[in-house]
Amino acid sequence: MFDYETLRVIWWALLGALLIGFALMDGFDFGIAALLRVLGRDEDERRVLLETIEPTWEGNQVWFVLGGGASFAAWPLLYATAFSGMYFALALVLLAFILRPVGFNFRGKMHDPRWRDLWDWVLVGSGVVVMLVSGVGFGNLFLGLPFRFDGDLRMSWQGGFFDLLHPFALLAGLVSVAMLLTHGACWAALKADHAVAARAVRVARVAALAYAVLYVLAGIWLAYGVPGYAVVGPVVADGVANPLYKQVAVGGSWFAGYLLHPWFWIAPVLALVGAVQVQWQVGRRGLGGFLGSGAMVAGTILSNGFALFPFLLPSSLDPRSSLTIWDASSSRATLLLMLAATAVFLPLIVLYTGWVYRVMRGRVTLEHVRGNGHGY
Amino acid sequence: MIIAADVVTLSRLQFALTALYHFLFVPLTLGLVWMLAIMESVYVMTGREVWKRMVQFWGVLFGINFAMGVATGITMEFQFGMNWAYYAHYVGDVFGTPLAIEGLMAFFLEGTLIGVFFMGWNRISRVKHLLVTWFLALATSLSALWILIANAWMQNPVGAAFNPETMRMEVTSFSEVFFNPVAQAKFVHTVSAGYVMGAMFVLSISAWYLLKGRNTDFAKRSMTVAASFGLAAALSVVVLGDESGYTVSENQKMKMAAIEAMWETEPAPASFTVFGIPDVKNHTTHFALRVPWVMGLIGTRSIDQEIPGIANLVEDTKGKIGNGIKAYDAMLVLREDKNDAQAKAILAAHDKDLGYALLLKKFIDDPRRATPADIQKAADSTIPDVPVLFWSFRVMVGCGFYFIALFAFSFWQASKRRLDAHRWYLKLALWSLPLPWVAAELGWIVAEYGRQPWAIEGILPTALGVSSVTAGQVWTSLGGFVLFYTALAVIDAVLMVKYARKGPDGLGIWPAASPLPPGEGARKAEGTAGAQP
Repeated sequence: MFDYETLRVIWWALLGALLIGFALMDGFDFGIAALLRVLGRDEDERRVLLETIEPTWEGNQVWFVLGGGASFAAWPLLYATAFSGMYFALALVLLAFILRPVGFNFRGKMHDPRWRDLWDWVLVGSGVVVMLVSGVGFGNLFLGLPFRFDGDLRMSWQGGFFDLLHPFALLAGLVSVAMLLTHGACWAALKADHAVAARAVRVARVAALAYAVLYVLAGIWLAYGVPGYAVVGPVVADGVANPLYKQVAVGGSWFAGYLLHPWFWIAPVLALVGAVQVQWQVGRRGLGGFLGSGAMVAGTILSNGFALFPFLLPSSLDPRSSLTIWDASSSRATLLLMLAATAVFLPLIVLYTGWVYRVMRGRVTLEHVRGNGHGY
Repeated sequence: MIIAADVVTLSRLQFALTALYHFLFVPLTLGLVWMLAIMESVYVMTGREVWKRMVQFWGVLFGINFAMGVATGITMEFQFGMNWAYYAHYVGDVFGTPLAIEGLMAFFLEGTLIGVFFMGWNRISRVKHLLVTWFLALATSLSALWILIANAWMQNPVGAAFNPETMRMEVTSFSEVFFNPVAQAKFVHTVSAGYVMGAMFVLSISAWYLLKGRNTDFAKRSMTVAASFGLAAALSVVVLGDESGYTVSENQKMKMAAIEAMWETEPAPASFTVFGIPDVKNHTTHFALRVPWVMGLIGTRSIDQEIPGIANLVEDTKGKIGNGIKAYDAMLVLREDKNDAQAKAILAAHDKDLGYALLLKKFIDDPRRATPADIQKAADSTIPDVPVLFWSFRVMVGCGFYFIALFAFSFWQASKRRLDAHRWYLKLALWSLPLPWVAAELGWIVAEYGRQPWAIEGILPTALGVSSVTAGQVWTSLGGFVLFYTALAVIDAVLMVKYARKGPDGLGIWPAASPLPPGEGARKAEGTAGAQP
């Protein structure tokens, strides 16, 4: 039933699901962190914002860790190439992920305003860095990355951190920032005290508008200014996991897949409908606004994945070395076992995460934080 | 392609530092969480408020430590990709799976429940909160299980074979990987060490309160839990550490010989060297104090089997290198023509020794051109750093026996209700606080430094596992890690000391800041660990 080809497609979808899970769940935590000093005008308001995410950010962060572990297991060449190649970019992201847990935990442990200001800015910085760097990284996938493999499949990389800062990639970074700021602001509008929430509504509207404009711009640039990659010759979908067995041509369009499979258009439409939904619903009662920003996040990542398909990591240095879903996966046995593990545990994760959000439901009010110590 | 030696050295240094640093926090989490679960169980069974306040107070310290464990763990998950890209490619098919399952089965549960543990006290019922704490404890230990399954595969790579077409190791049997005997021995040994650390942490800080005459009731109760839990854990860490020694002698004979500074094979049963000065140059141990038979019994569980010495193992290695070169040659032939039947047969016969040919890459570019001198150098390079292993192991084992004595005495005092009878005992308990960390870190040095020059024993030399990065890149990230980790360690220590000094009385946790009618306690101490402004 699960032949090698099917398993590869499933694991491509699961990689997308993990990315979307990470951006959806951890994305609003980063949005809140980045907006901490914008939405929270004084200590009590900032405490409100932090308490909206305090019980759940740690679980949300596991999406990132699991993304690392699952790509290691299912796409080892992708894990090895992307993270060693974009060395400093990943180091920056890791730094943000190291400082964030201690920031959340240590901030309230001393009652000195300078101490809190310090950790506030650390949290703001960590939020901005992760949004921006992950967006820039995504943008670079379309431009191709400067790597090649030798016969031992040892990768060599010819480029540094600053080569990643191509204008198109920077635009992708801004899309990511605007998207996750919207998502964070929508969360604050849903969960924070009304005084803070009213401010969050205004921020969400502005950010969603900026997102929609930047996203469309990036799409136009991608269509007319960035050459696409295509596998040449017969595609061996269940073949050996060795990227050097194929040929790749550069110069087509990243939208080729959208012409071939018109249903791909669902993804960008979902993203833009989400942005409209935020404008329309964020000030109202209920989940509407937050679901809108969630649709933006999911639609954006899906639309990227569809455009790249079947590529995972195109190589500008030696296009033949590009990683595709047909030649960068683990063995069939590993993909199958990992699928079984995911099928058992992912539903459980969704269940108990849902339970925790239910236990912690309700708005965090100013009155509540004023009457309640200093956080944990 | 030539791999720069300084990139290898720097990458190893960075991995060692970040791993040892991570393990300052992990075992305390592993142990303390079970103490919290025990205390909360007593609370739910007896309904006595003080037990809940114990959970909340020790929970504050647990929380500070937990944040550091999470923060430093993220580095570990991604460092294989950043600095060990060829390793990640070469063994990701096998090694990545337990890491991913750790996330799915354990870390997700742990990360999701921790918030409810701290902030859910008055949002869910007592029994539900107790269940959360128990699942939290279970998840931390399960997390250790999967990480140690991954690590055990590096020590004893079962259930996998080399695939010349993909140039990597691929799984042949997951049940062999998951039920690796080394993993089981390592798991019980490592989590028990964590439990000892958690018990020592509570014992020492409580002893300090008794010395100061503060929180006496609170501290005695805490010490009683720590003494019982600690005694069980200390016994388990030594008894099962012996099991770990047995499995090492089965599959990592060189590591065993180095730990024992056993230069030549002795007639069975071998003696155990309690003390001695290993002399690396002359391959001998000076001033050796030996106990006959003991090593043979530990290492082979018999009186008639030999434990091979270092010299014999080096000779064996030369033979394996010879076979490895044949496999390497066949692999290159197959790369040109994957249907060459003769090459296939040669590779199938010798692929288990392919890694030994890769050892030569440190000395020459093409292992097929190796001279006998090169082979000798490569074989000699399989001898780990004998004095470091010899001493690390002995200090660790000494700590282990000391823990048994200390916790046994504590248990005796607790059962006599005489915990505060001797000031010398309380001081001893206080000053023993760093020892579990010393033992745990040395244990990893024995396990990992003793595995060198291999990243995967017999399969992939460490030097070949690195990424194609520059020394400058690794210098920069290493500098960054040292800088930020040091700053965080200082802050962590300051906060730990600050909150331990404040104590349950200073934080208003116990006795509670205002007298409360029974049952109202939970409501009043809203939210967090009850820290009042």
